[in-house]
Amino acid sequence: MTTTAAVGAAQTTATPTAVRLSGVTKTFGKDGVPVLDGIDLAVAPGEFLCLLGASGCGKSTLLNLIAGLDPVTSGSIEVEGGHAALMFQESALFPWLTAGRNVELALKLRGVRDRAERRAEAQRLLGLVRLGGAYDKRVHELSGGMRQRVALARALAQDSQVLLMDEPFAALDAITRDVLHEELVKLWQETNLTVVFVTHNVREAARLGQRVILLSSRPGRIAREWRVEIPQPRRIEDAAVTELTREITAELHKEISRHGN
Amino acid sequence: MATETASAAAPGAPSEDFVSLEAGLDALESAAPARSPWWRRVLLAKIVPPVVAVVALLLIWDLLVFAKVKPAWVLPGPADVWDELTSQWSSYQVGQAVWDSVSRGIIGFAISVVVGTVLGLTIARIPVLRAAIQPILSGLQSLPSVAWVPIGIMWFGIDDATVYTVVLLGAIPSVAIGLIDGVDQIPTIYTRVGRNLGARGISSARYVLFPAVLPGYVSGLKQGWAFSWRSLMAAELIAVSPKLGPGVGQVMAEASDNNDMAMAFGALIVILIIGIGINAVFFAPIERRLLRSRGLAKS
Repeated sequence: MTTTAAVGAAQTTATPTAVRLSGVTKTFGKDGVPVLDGIDLAVAPGEFLCLLGASGCGKSTLLNLIAGLDPVTSGSIEVEGGHAALMFQESALFPWLTAGRNVELALKLRGVRDRAERRAEAQRLLGLVRLGGAYDKRVHELSGGMRQRVALARALAQDSQVLLMDEPFAALDAITRDVLHEELVKLWQETNLTVVFVTHNVREAARLGQRVILLSSRPGRIAREWRVEIPQPRRIEDAAVTELTREITAELHKEISRHGN
Repeated sequence: MATETASAAAPGAPSEDFVSLEAGLDALESAAPARSPWWRRVLLAKIVPPVVAVVALLLIWDLLVFAKVKPAWVLPGPADVWDELTSQWSSYQVGQAVWDSVSRGIIGFAISVVVGTVLGLTIARIPVLRAAIQPILSGLQSLPSVAWVPIGIMWFGIDDATVYTVVLLGAIPSVAIGLIDGVDQIPTIYTRVGRNLGARGISSARYVLFPAVLPGYVSGLKQGWAFSWRSLMAAELIAVSPKLGPGVGQVMAEASDNNDMAMAFGALIVILIIGIGINAVFFAPIERRLLRSRGLAKS
Protein backbone atom coordinates (compact mmCIF):
# COMPACT_ATOMS: atom_id res chain seq x y z
CA MET A 1 0.00 0.00 0.00
CA THR A 2 1.50 3.27 -1.06
CA THR A 3 0.69 6.63 0.35
CA THR A 4 -1.15 8.24 -2.51
CA ALA A 5 -1.36 11.92 -3.25
CA ALA A 6 -4.98 11.83 -2.09
CA VAL A 7 -3.80 11.60 1.50
CA GLY A 8 -2.31 15.07 1.09
CA ALA A 9 -1.97 16.80 4.42
CA ALA A 10 -1.81 13.52 6.29
CA GLN A 11 1.60 12.87 4.75
CA THR A 12 3.19 14.80 7.54
CA THR A 13 2.37 11.92 9.87
CA ALA A 14 4.99 9.21 10.06
CA THR A 15 2.97 6.12 9.14
CA PRO A 16 0.28 6.08 6.45
CA THR A 17 -3.27 5.61 7.69
CA ALA A 18 -6.49 4.69 5.91
CA VAL A 19 -8.69 6.15 8.63
CA ARG A 20 -7.59 8.54 11.34
CA LEU A 21 -9.84 9.74 14.15
CA SER A 22 -8.56 12.48 16.43
CA GLY A 23 -10.45 13.35 19.59
CA VAL A 24 -13.80 12.44 18.06
CA THR A 25 -16.77 13.26 20.25
CA LYS A 26 -20.42 12.90 19.32
CA THR A 27 -23.35 14.26 21.26
CA PHE A 28 -26.93 14.08 20.06
CA GLY A 29 -29.14 17.00 20.95
CA LYS A 30 -28.01 20.24 22.53
CA ASP A 31 -26.70 19.19 25.91
CA GLY A 32 -27.10 15.44 25.86
CA VAL A 33 -24.67 12.89 27.23
CA PRO A 34 -21.87 12.22 24.74
CA VAL A 35 -22.31 8.94 22.89
CA LEU A 36 -18.67 8.92 21.87
CA ASP A 37 -16.04 10.66 23.91
CA GLY A 38 -12.54 11.50 22.72
CA ILE A 39 -11.92 8.62 20.33
CA ASP A 40 -8.36 8.52 18.93
CA LEU A 41 -7.87 5.78 16.40
CA ALA A 42 -5.64 5.11 13.42
CA VAL A 43 -6.41 2.30 11.01
CA ALA A 44 -3.55 1.20 8.77
CA PRO A 45 -4.14 0.71 5.04
CA GLY A 46 -5.21 -2.85 4.36
CA GLU A 47 -5.95 -3.53 8.01
CA PHE A 48 -8.94 -5.56 9.18
CA LEU A 49 -10.18 -3.89 12.35
CA CYS A 50 -13.08 -5.08 14.48
CA LEU A 51 -14.95 -2.68 16.74
CA LEU A 52 -16.63 -4.52 19.55
CA GLY A 53 -18.94 -3.36 22.28
CA ALA A 54 -22.22 -3.85 24.10
CA SER A 55 -25.29 -1.98 22.93
CA GLY A 56 -25.14 1.74 23.57
CA CYS A 57 -21.38 1.95 23.08
CA GLY A 58 -21.84 4.06 19.97
CA LYS A 59 -20.14 1.69 17.56
CA SER A 60 -22.72 2.22 14.81
CA THR A 61 -22.60 5.95 15.45
CA LEU A 62 -18.85 5.81 14.97
CA LEU A 63 -19.25 4.14 11.57
CA ASN A 64 -21.82 6.71 10.49
CA LEU A 65 -19.37 9.46 11.42
CA ILE A 66 -16.57 7.85 9.42
CA ALA A 67 -18.97 7.39 6.48
CA GLY A 68 -19.80 11.08 6.67
CA LEU A 69 -23.52 10.46 7.19
CA ASP A 70 -23.50 12.42 10.45
CA PRO A 71 -21.29 15.34 11.52
CA VAL A 72 -18.90 15.03 14.47
CA THR A 73 -19.55 17.23 17.50
CA SER A 74 -15.83 17.83 17.92
CA GLY A 75 -12.60 16.29 16.72
CA SER A 76 -11.68 15.30 13.21
CA ILE A 77 -11.85 12.33 10.86
CA GLU A 78 -9.65 11.69 7.85
CA VAL A 79 -10.44 8.94 5.39
CA GLU A 80 -8.08 7.82 2.64
CA GLY A 81 -9.49 8.93 -0.70
CA GLY A 82 -12.07 11.03 1.16
CA HIS A 83 -14.75 8.38 1.01
CA ALA A 84 -15.68 5.09 2.68
CA ALA A 85 -18.21 2.50 1.51
CA LEU A 86 -20.75 1.43 4.11
CA MET A 87 -22.66 -1.83 4.58
CA PHE A 88 -25.54 -2.32 7.01
CA GLN A 89 -27.11 -5.17 8.93
CA GLU A 90 -29.95 -5.21 6.43
CA SER A 91 -28.78 -5.37 2.86
CA ALA A 92 -30.64 -2.14 2.02
CA LEU A 93 -30.63 -3.14 -1.62
CA PHE A 94 -33.18 -1.20 -3.63
CA PRO A 95 -36.13 -3.55 -4.21
CA TRP A 96 -37.11 -1.87 -7.47
CA LEU A 97 -33.86 -2.92 -9.10
CA THR A 98 -32.43 -6.33 -9.92
CA ALA A 99 -29.29 -7.51 -8.14
CA GLY A 100 -27.15 -6.49 -11.10
CA ARG A 101 -28.82 -3.09 -11.43
CA ASN A 102 -28.21 -2.37 -7.76
CA VAL A 103 -24.50 -2.79 -8.36
CA GLU A 104 -24.72 -0.81 -11.59
CA LEU A 105 -26.35 2.10 -9.77
CA ALA A 106 -23.36 2.38 -7.45
CA LEU A 107 -21.10 2.50 -10.52
CA LYS A 108 -23.28 5.12 -12.17
CA LEU A 109 -23.31 7.33 -9.09
CA ARG A 110 -19.55 6.91 -8.87
CA GLY A 111 -19.33 8.39 -12.36
CA VAL A 112 -18.90 5.40 -14.68
CA ARG A 113 -20.69 6.76 -17.73
CA ASP A 114 -20.56 3.97 -20.25
CA ARG A 115 -23.46 1.52 -19.92
CA ALA A 116 -21.69 -1.49 -21.33
CA GLU A 117 -18.77 -0.85 -19.04
CA ARG A 118 -21.07 -0.61 -16.03
CA ARG A 119 -22.74 -3.83 -16.94
CA ALA A 120 -19.49 -5.70 -17.42
CA GLU A 121 -18.09 -4.34 -14.16
CA ALA A 122 -21.25 -5.20 -12.20
CA GLN A 123 -21.13 -8.69 -13.64
CA ARG A 124 -17.49 -9.01 -12.59
CA LEU A 125 -18.23 -7.83 -9.05
CA LEU A 126 -21.16 -10.22 -8.67
CA GLY A 127 -18.81 -12.94 -9.89
CA LEU A 128 -16.41 -12.02 -7.08
CA VAL A 129 -19.08 -12.86 -4.52
CA ARG A 130 -20.03 -15.92 -6.58
CA LEU A 131 -23.38 -14.56 -7.68
CA GLY A 132 -22.64 -14.20 -11.37
CA GLY A 133 -25.89 -16.05 -12.17
CA ALA A 134 -28.06 -13.75 -10.05
CA TYR A 135 -27.70 -10.62 -12.17
CA ASP A 136 -31.35 -10.48 -13.19
CA LYS A 137 -32.75 -11.72 -9.90
CA ARG A 138 -35.04 -9.43 -7.93
CA VAL A 139 -33.99 -8.64 -4.38
CA HIS A 140 -36.91 -10.54 -2.85
CA GLU A 141 -35.91 -13.64 -4.77
CA LEU A 142 -32.56 -13.80 -2.96
CA SER A 143 -31.86 -15.30 0.46
CA GLY A 144 -30.56 -13.10 3.28
CA GLY A 145 -27.00 -14.30 2.74
CA MET A 146 -27.17 -13.69 -1.00
CA ARG A 147 -28.50 -10.19 -0.41
CA GLN A 148 -25.57 -9.37 1.83
CA ARG A 149 -23.20 -10.63 -0.86
CA VAL A 150 -24.89 -8.40 -3.44
CA ALA A 151 -24.61 -5.53 -0.94
CA LEU A 152 -20.92 -6.38 -0.62
CA ALA A 153 -20.54 -6.28 -4.40
CA ARG A 154 -22.31 -2.93 -4.41
CA ALA A 155 -19.94 -1.61 -1.73
CA LEU A 156 -16.96 -2.80 -3.79
CA ALA A 157 -18.43 -0.97 -6.79
CA GLN A 158 -17.95 2.30 -4.91
CA ASP A 159 -14.23 1.88 -5.40
CA SER A 160 -13.39 3.17 -1.93
CA GLN A 161 -10.22 2.12 -0.17
CA VAL A 162 -12.13 1.77 3.06
CA LEU A 163 -15.07 -0.56 3.69
CA LEU A 164 -17.20 0.05 6.78
CA MET A 165 -19.42 -2.81 7.91
CA ASP A 166 -22.14 -2.35 10.52
CA GLU A 167 -22.99 -5.80 11.90
CA PRO A 168 -23.48 -7.04 8.36
CA PHE A 169 -24.05 -10.69 9.30
CA ALA A 170 -25.99 -10.27 12.54
CA ALA A 171 -29.33 -11.22 11.00
CA LEU A 172 -28.06 -14.37 9.27
CA ASP A 173 -28.17 -17.96 10.49
CA ALA A 174 -24.95 -19.49 11.79
CA ILE A 175 -24.16 -21.62 8.73
CA THR A 176 -24.59 -18.73 6.33
CA ARG A 177 -22.62 -16.42 8.59
CA ASP A 178 -19.76 -18.90 8.66
CA VAL A 179 -19.67 -19.00 4.87
CA LEU A 180 -19.80 -15.22 4.61
CA HIS A 181 -16.91 -14.86 7.06
CA GLU A 182 -14.81 -16.93 4.72
CA GLU A 183 -16.06 -15.00 1.71
CA LEU A 184 -15.23 -11.67 3.30
CA VAL A 185 -11.73 -12.66 4.44
CA LYS A 186 -10.93 -13.93 0.94
CA LEU A 187 -12.16 -10.72 -0.64
CA TRP A 188 -10.20 -8.67 1.84
CA GLN A 189 -7.03 -10.61 1.06
CA GLU A 190 -7.57 -10.21 -2.68
CA THR A 191 -8.49 -6.54 -2.72
CA ASN A 192 -6.20 -4.95 -0.14
CA LEU A 193 -9.20 -3.12 1.31
CA THR A 194 -9.17 -1.55 4.73
CA VAL A 195 -12.09 -2.98 6.68
CA VAL A 196 -13.67 -1.53 9.81
CA PHE A 197 -16.11 -4.14 11.05
CA VAL A 198 -18.56 -3.41 13.85
CA THR A 199 -20.05 -6.28 15.80
CA HIS A 200 -21.35 -7.26 19.22
CA ASN A 201 -20.41 -10.87 18.56
CA VAL A 202 -17.06 -11.54 20.26
CA ARG A 203 -16.37 -14.77 18.41
CA GLU A 204 -16.99 -13.04 15.09
CA ALA A 205 -14.48 -10.35 16.01
CA ALA A 206 -11.91 -12.97 17.00
CA ARG A 207 -12.58 -14.91 13.79
CA LEU A 208 -12.13 -11.90 11.50
CA GLY A 209 -9.99 -9.13 12.96
CA GLN A 210 -6.28 -8.41 12.84
CA ARG A 211 -7.00 -6.01 15.62
CA VAL A 212 -9.98 -5.96 17.96
CA ILE A 213 -10.99 -2.81 19.78
CA LEU A 214 -13.33 -2.97 22.75
CA LEU A 215 -15.47 0.12 23.29
CA SER A 216 -16.91 0.99 26.66
CA SER A 217 -20.51 2.17 26.85
CA ARG A 218 -22.00 5.54 27.79
CA PRO A 219 -19.86 7.28 26.86
CA GLY A 220 -18.16 5.23 24.16
CA ARG A 221 -14.42 5.19 24.73
CA ILE A 222 -11.70 2.82 23.66
CA ALA A 223 -11.41 0.41 26.60
CA ARG A 224 -8.94 -2.16 25.32
CA GLU A 225 -7.23 -3.35 22.23
CA TRP A 226 -5.93 -6.75 21.04
CA ARG A 227 -3.58 -7.47 18.19
CA VAL A 228 -4.59 -10.83 16.79
CA GLU A 229 -1.65 -12.82 15.45
CA ILE A 230 -3.64 -15.93 14.48
CA PRO A 231 -3.05 -16.28 10.71
CA GLN A 232 -5.90 -16.32 8.23
CA PRO A 233 -7.61 -18.44 7.04
CA ARG A 234 -8.98 -19.06 10.51
CA ARG A 235 -12.01 -21.09 11.36
CA ILE A 236 -14.61 -20.10 13.90
CA GLU A 237 -13.99 -23.34 15.85
CA ASP A 238 -10.18 -22.96 15.99
CA ALA A 239 -8.76 -23.35 19.49
CA ALA A 240 -6.86 -20.07 19.25
CA VAL A 241 -10.03 -18.22 18.19
CA THR A 242 -11.91 -19.77 21.10
CA GLU A 243 -9.14 -18.83 23.52
CA LEU A 244 -9.17 -15.22 22.34
CA THR A 245 -12.97 -15.14 22.46
CA ARG A 246 -12.85 -16.20 26.09
CA GLU A 247 -10.35 -13.50 26.95
CA ILE A 248 -12.23 -10.71 25.19
CA THR A 249 -15.57 -11.85 26.60
CA ALA A 250 -14.17 -11.63 30.15
CA GLU A 251 -13.14 -8.02 29.49
CA LEU A 252 -16.48 -7.21 27.85
CA HIS A 253 -18.35 -8.60 30.87
CA LYS A 254 -16.26 -6.51 33.23
CA GLU A 255 -16.98 -3.49 31.10
CA ILE A 256 -20.74 -4.14 31.12
CA SER A 257 -20.83 -4.93 34.89
CA ARG A 258 -19.50 -1.48 35.70
CA HIS A 259 -22.86 -0.08 34.60
CA GLY A 260 -24.83 -2.13 37.13
CA ASN A 261 -23.38 -0.30 40.13
CA MET B 1 -11.47 -0.03 -16.01
CA ALA B 2 -10.49 -2.13 -19.00
CA THR B 3 -7.15 -2.91 -17.43
CA GLU B 4 -8.68 -4.19 -14.20
CA THR B 5 -8.01 -7.73 -13.11
CA ALA B 6 -9.77 -10.13 -15.42
CA SER B 7 -13.11 -11.57 -14.45
CA ALA B 8 -11.57 -15.03 -14.54
CA ALA B 9 -10.46 -16.85 -11.39
CA ALA B 10 -9.28 -14.41 -8.77
CA PRO B 11 -5.96 -14.93 -7.01
CA GLY B 12 -6.09 -17.38 -4.17
CA ALA B 13 -9.05 -19.25 -5.63
CA PRO B 14 -11.36 -20.53 -2.89
CA SER B 15 -11.40 -24.15 -1.90
CA GLU B 16 -13.78 -26.60 -3.57
CA ASP B 17 -15.47 -27.22 -0.23
CA PHE B 18 -16.30 -23.61 0.30
CA VAL B 19 -17.64 -23.06 -3.20
CA SER B 20 -19.88 -26.10 -3.09
CA LEU B 21 -21.09 -25.28 0.44
CA GLU B 22 -22.04 -21.79 -0.66
CA ALA B 23 -23.71 -23.00 -3.84
CA GLY B 24 -25.70 -25.51 -1.79
CA LEU B 25 -26.87 -22.81 0.63
CA ASP B 26 -27.90 -20.54 -2.23
CA ALA B 27 -29.89 -23.32 -3.86
CA LEU B 28 -31.59 -24.33 -0.61
CA GLU B 29 -32.52 -20.84 0.44
CA SER B 30 -33.79 -19.45 -2.80
CA ALA B 31 -35.51 -22.49 -4.30
CA ALA B 32 -38.81 -21.41 -5.78
CA PRO B 33 -41.61 -23.89 -6.45
CA ALA B 34 -42.40 -24.54 -10.09
CA ARG B 35 -45.19 -22.31 -11.34
CA SER B 36 -48.05 -22.84 -13.69
CA PRO B 37 -48.09 -20.58 -16.78
CA TRP B 38 -48.97 -16.97 -16.05
CA TRP B 39 -52.14 -16.86 -18.16
CA ARG B 40 -53.54 -19.73 -16.15
CA ARG B 41 -52.80 -18.01 -12.86
CA VAL B 42 -54.35 -14.77 -14.08
CA LEU B 43 -57.37 -16.63 -15.40
CA LEU B 44 -57.96 -18.57 -12.19
CA ALA B 45 -57.08 -15.85 -9.69
CA LYS B 46 -58.18 -12.63 -11.36
CA ILE B 47 -60.79 -13.36 -14.00
CA VAL B 48 -62.86 -16.37 -13.02
CA PRO B 49 -63.95 -15.23 -9.50
CA PRO B 50 -65.33 -11.80 -10.50
CA VAL B 51 -67.08 -13.26 -13.55
CA VAL B 52 -68.74 -15.87 -11.37
CA ALA B 53 -69.78 -13.16 -8.91
CA VAL B 54 -71.32 -11.01 -11.65
CA VAL B 55 -73.21 -13.96 -13.11
CA ALA B 56 -74.51 -14.83 -9.64
CA LEU B 57 -75.63 -11.23 -9.13
CA LEU B 58 -77.48 -11.23 -12.45
CA LEU B 59 -79.17 -14.50 -11.52
CA ILE B 60 -80.32 -13.14 -8.15
CA TRP B 61 -81.57 -9.99 -9.85
CA ASP B 62 -83.49 -12.07 -12.42
CA LEU B 63 -84.93 -14.25 -9.67
CA LEU B 64 -86.20 -11.19 -7.77
CA VAL B 65 -87.84 -9.93 -10.96
CA PHE B 66 -89.27 -13.37 -11.66
CA ALA B 67 -90.72 -13.50 -8.14
CA LYS B 68 -92.36 -10.11 -8.84
CA VAL B 69 -91.19 -8.49 -5.56
CA LYS B 70 -91.83 -5.16 -7.29
CA PRO B 71 -93.81 -4.27 -10.41
CA ALA B 72 -91.84 -4.49 -13.64
CA TRP B 73 -91.68 -0.72 -14.21
CA VAL B 74 -90.03 -0.27 -10.81
CA LEU B 75 -87.66 -3.22 -11.03
CA PRO B 76 -86.91 -4.17 -14.65
CA GLY B 77 -85.03 -7.40 -15.28
CA PRO B 78 -81.55 -7.66 -16.79
CA ALA B 79 -83.01 -8.56 -20.18
CA ASP B 80 -85.30 -5.46 -20.14
CA VAL B 81 -82.37 -3.24 -19.31
CA TRP B 82 -80.30 -4.78 -22.08
CA ASP B 83 -83.13 -4.31 -24.61
CA GLU B 84 -83.72 -0.71 -23.60
CA LEU B 85 -80.03 0.10 -23.69
CA THR B 86 -79.55 -1.35 -27.18
CA SER B 87 -82.78 -0.06 -28.71
CA GLN B 88 -82.59 3.46 -27.23
CA TRP B 89 -78.79 3.78 -27.60
CA SER B 90 -79.03 6.48 -30.25
CA SER B 91 -82.12 8.33 -28.99
CA TYR B 92 -80.40 8.85 -25.63
CA GLN B 93 -77.09 9.56 -27.43
CA VAL B 94 -75.39 7.06 -25.14
CA GLY B 95 -72.33 6.63 -27.34
CA GLN B 96 -71.69 10.37 -27.50
CA ALA B 97 -72.40 10.64 -23.76
CA VAL B 98 -69.84 7.96 -22.89
CA TRP B 99 -67.22 9.63 -25.06
CA ASP B 100 -67.88 13.09 -23.59
CA SER B 101 -67.93 11.89 -20.00
CA VAL B 102 -64.77 9.84 -20.34
CA SER B 103 -62.89 12.69 -21.98
CA ARG B 104 -64.06 15.10 -19.26
CA GLY B 105 -63.03 12.58 -16.63
CA ILE B 106 -59.60 12.12 -18.20
CA ILE B 107 -58.96 15.85 -18.62
CA GLY B 108 -60.08 16.53 -15.05
CA PHE B 109 -57.96 13.67 -13.78
CA ALA B 110 -54.92 14.83 -15.74
CA ILE B 111 -55.18 18.35 -14.28
CA SER B 112 -55.64 16.84 -10.81
CA VAL B 113 -52.51 14.74 -11.24
CA VAL B 114 -50.41 17.76 -12.14
CA VAL B 115 -51.79 19.98 -9.39
CA GLY B 116 -51.90 17.18 -6.81
CA THR B 117 -48.33 16.14 -7.53
CA VAL B 118 -46.93 19.65 -7.22
CA LEU B 119 -48.99 20.24 -4.10
CA GLY B 120 -48.04 16.92 -2.54
CA LEU B 121 -44.33 17.35 -3.21
CA THR B 122 -44.33 20.87 -1.82
CA ILE B 123 -46.21 19.87 1.30
CA ALA B 124 -44.10 16.78 1.91
CA ARG B 125 -40.92 18.85 1.82
CA ILE B 126 -41.93 21.86 3.90
CA PRO B 127 -42.97 20.91 7.46
CA VAL B 128 -44.79 24.15 8.29
CA LEU B 129 -46.85 23.99 5.13
CA ARG B 130 -47.55 20.39 5.82
CA ALA B 131 -48.81 21.03 9.33
CA ALA B 132 -51.06 23.75 7.91
CA ILE B 133 -52.47 22.05 4.84
CA GLN B 134 -52.57 18.31 5.48
CA PRO B 135 -55.62 18.43 7.79
CA ILE B 136 -57.45 20.51 5.19
CA LEU B 137 -56.61 17.99 2.49
CA SER B 138 -57.82 15.11 4.65
CA GLY B 139 -61.00 17.02 5.35
CA LEU B 140 -61.56 17.70 1.66
CA GLN B 141 -61.02 14.05 0.94
CA SER B 142 -63.81 13.04 3.29
CA LEU B 143 -66.17 15.72 1.99
CA PRO B 144 -68.51 14.29 -0.67
CA SER B 145 -67.58 16.33 -3.72
CA VAL B 146 -71.22 16.50 -4.79
CA ALA B 147 -71.54 19.12 -2.05
CA TRP B 148 -69.59 21.46 -4.33
CA VAL B 149 -72.10 21.21 -7.16
CA PRO B 150 -74.59 23.86 -5.98
CA ILE B 151 -71.73 26.22 -5.14
CA GLY B 152 -70.11 25.62 -8.52
CA ILE B 153 -73.40 26.32 -10.28
CA MET B 154 -73.81 29.58 -8.36
CA TRP B 155 -70.26 30.58 -9.22
CA PHE B 156 -70.02 29.58 -12.84
CA GLY B 157 -73.53 28.65 -13.92
CA ILE B 158 -74.08 25.26 -15.51
CA ASP B 159 -70.84 25.12 -17.37
CA ASP B 160 -67.72 23.02 -17.91
CA ALA B 161 -66.04 25.14 -15.25
CA THR B 162 -68.51 23.83 -12.67
CA VAL B 163 -67.90 20.22 -13.69
CA TYR B 164 -64.13 20.59 -13.54
CA THR B 165 -64.24 22.41 -10.20
CA VAL B 166 -66.09 19.49 -8.68
CA VAL B 167 -63.79 16.92 -10.28
CA LEU B 168 -60.62 18.70 -9.22
CA LEU B 169 -61.75 19.24 -5.65
CA GLY B 170 -62.55 15.55 -5.50
CA ALA B 171 -59.36 14.19 -7.03
CA ILE B 172 -56.55 16.56 -6.04
CA PRO B 173 -56.57 15.66 -2.33
CA SER B 174 -56.28 11.95 -3.12
CA VAL B 175 -53.34 12.42 -5.43
CA ALA B 176 -51.55 14.74 -3.01
CA ILE B 177 -52.19 12.56 0.04
CA GLY B 178 -51.02 9.43 -1.80
CA LEU B 179 -47.79 11.20 -2.64
CA ILE B 180 -47.26 12.50 0.90
CA ASP B 181 -47.85 9.03 2.32
CA GLY B 182 -45.43 7.61 -0.22
CA VAL B 183 -42.75 10.09 0.85
CA ASP B 184 -43.38 9.32 4.53
CA GLN B 185 -42.98 5.62 3.95
CA ILE B 186 -39.54 5.79 2.34
CA PRO B 187 -37.30 3.82 4.72
CA THR B 188 -34.58 6.16 5.97
CA ILE B 189 -31.99 3.50 5.23
CA TYR B 190 -32.60 4.00 1.49
CA THR B 191 -31.74 7.66 1.63
CA ARG B 192 -28.67 6.90 3.76
CA VAL B 193 -27.49 4.24 1.34
CA GLY B 194 -28.18 6.63 -1.51
CA ARG B 195 -26.02 9.28 0.14
CA ASN B 196 -23.22 6.81 0.80
CA LEU B 197 -23.36 5.76 -2.86
CA GLY B 198 -22.97 9.40 -3.83
CA ALA B 199 -26.55 10.38 -4.71
CA ARG B 200 -27.17 14.08 -4.05
CA GLY B 201 -29.99 16.43 -5.01
CA ILE B 202 -31.33 15.53 -8.43
CA SER B 203 -29.65 12.13 -8.62
CA SER B 204 -31.01 11.24 -5.19
CA ALA B 205 -34.51 12.24 -6.30
CA ARG B 206 -34.22 10.33 -9.55
CA TYR B 207 -32.57 7.11 -8.46
CA VAL B 208 -33.76 6.77 -4.86
CA LEU B 209 -36.71 8.94 -3.85
CA PHE B 210 -38.83 8.66 -6.99
CA PRO B 211 -38.71 4.86 -7.28
CA ALA B 212 -39.20 4.50 -3.53
CA VAL B 213 -42.30 6.70 -3.62
CA LEU B 214 -43.84 5.09 -6.69
CA PRO B 215 -46.16 2.50 -5.05
CA GLY B 216 -47.77 5.08 -2.75
CA TYR B 217 -48.06 7.53 -5.63
CA VAL B 218 -49.73 5.03 -7.92
CA SER B 219 -52.26 4.04 -5.28
CA GLY B 220 -52.99 7.74 -4.81
CA LEU B 221 -53.51 8.09 -8.55
CA LYS B 222 -55.82 5.12 -8.58
CA GLN B 223 -57.91 6.59 -5.82
CA GLY B 224 -57.73 9.97 -7.53
CA TRP B 225 -59.27 8.48 -10.66
CA ALA B 226 -62.08 6.89 -8.63
CA PHE B 227 -62.80 10.26 -7.03
CA SER B 228 -62.65 12.04 -10.42
CA TRP B 229 -65.15 9.71 -11.97
CA ARG B 230 -67.47 9.73 -9.00
CA SER B 231 -67.45 13.53 -8.78
CA LEU B 232 -67.96 13.86 -12.50
CA MET B 233 -71.06 11.68 -12.42
CA ALA B 234 -72.47 13.63 -9.48
CA ALA B 235 -71.88 16.90 -11.30
CA GLU B 236 -73.36 15.68 -14.58
CA LEU B 237 -76.39 14.28 -12.84
CA ILE B 238 -77.24 17.53 -11.09
CA ALA B 239 -75.98 20.13 -13.56
CA VAL B 240 -78.00 19.27 -16.64
CA SER B 241 -78.06 21.83 -19.42
CA PRO B 242 -77.86 21.81 -23.21
CA LYS B 243 -74.79 24.02 -22.81
CA LEU B 244 -72.88 21.10 -21.34
CA GLY B 245 -73.65 18.63 -24.11
CA PRO B 246 -74.29 14.96 -23.45
CA GLY B 247 -72.81 12.92 -20.63
CA VAL B 248 -73.61 9.62 -18.91
CA GLY B 249 -74.90 11.50 -15.87
CA GLN B 250 -77.28 13.43 -18.13
CA VAL B 251 -78.52 10.20 -19.67
CA MET B 252 -79.44 9.08 -16.20
CA ALA B 253 -81.16 12.39 -15.45
CA GLU B 254 -83.05 12.23 -18.72
CA ALA B 255 -84.15 8.65 -18.05
CA SER B 256 -85.42 9.75 -14.68
CA ASP B 257 -87.41 12.62 -16.29
CA ASN B 258 -88.94 10.10 -18.68
CA ASN B 259 -89.73 7.65 -15.89
CA ASP B 260 -87.65 5.19 -17.89
CA MET B 261 -86.46 2.83 -15.17
CA ALA B 262 -84.79 0.39 -17.55
CA MET B 263 -82.69 3.18 -19.02
CA ALA B 264 -81.77 4.47 -15.55
CA PHE B 265 -80.47 1.03 -14.68
CA GLY B 266 -78.72 0.92 -18.03
CA ALA B 267 -76.95 4.23 -17.34
CA LEU B 268 -75.98 2.98 -13.90
CA ILE B 269 -74.40 -0.09 -15.41
CA VAL B 270 -72.56 1.98 -18.03
CA ILE B 271 -71.12 4.20 -15.26
CA LEU B 272 -70.01 1.15 -13.31
CA ILE B 273 -68.43 -0.51 -16.31
CA ILE B 274 -66.43 2.59 -17.25
CA GLY B 275 -65.17 3.06 -13.68
CA ILE B 276 -64.18 -0.58 -13.30
CA GLY B 277 -62.84 -0.81 -16.84
CA ILE B 278 -60.43 2.11 -16.59
CA ASN B 279 -59.12 0.79 -13.30
CA ALA B 280 -58.72 -2.71 -14.71
CA VAL B 281 -57.03 -1.54 -17.90
CA PHE B 282 -54.69 1.14 -16.49
CA PHE B 283 -54.19 1.22 -12.76
CA ALA B 284 -54.51 -2.38 -11.67
CA PRO B 285 -51.82 -3.75 -14.03
CA ILE B 286 -49.36 -0.96 -13.17
CA GLU B 287 -49.91 -1.43 -9.47
CA ARG B 288 -49.68 -5.20 -9.69
CA ARG B 289 -46.44 -5.03 -11.64
CA LEU B 290 -44.91 -2.55 -9.21
CA LEU B 291 -45.77 -4.58 -6.16
CA ARG B 292 -44.84 -7.91 -7.65
CA SER B 293 -41.44 -6.78 -8.88
CA ARG B 294 -40.66 -5.64 -5.34
CA GLY B 295 -41.94 -8.81 -3.77
CA LEU B 296 -44.74 -6.94 -2.01
CA ALA B 297 -47.61 -8.91 -3.51
CA LYS B 298 -48.35 -12.55 -4.03
CA SER B 299 -48.23 -13.19 -7.73
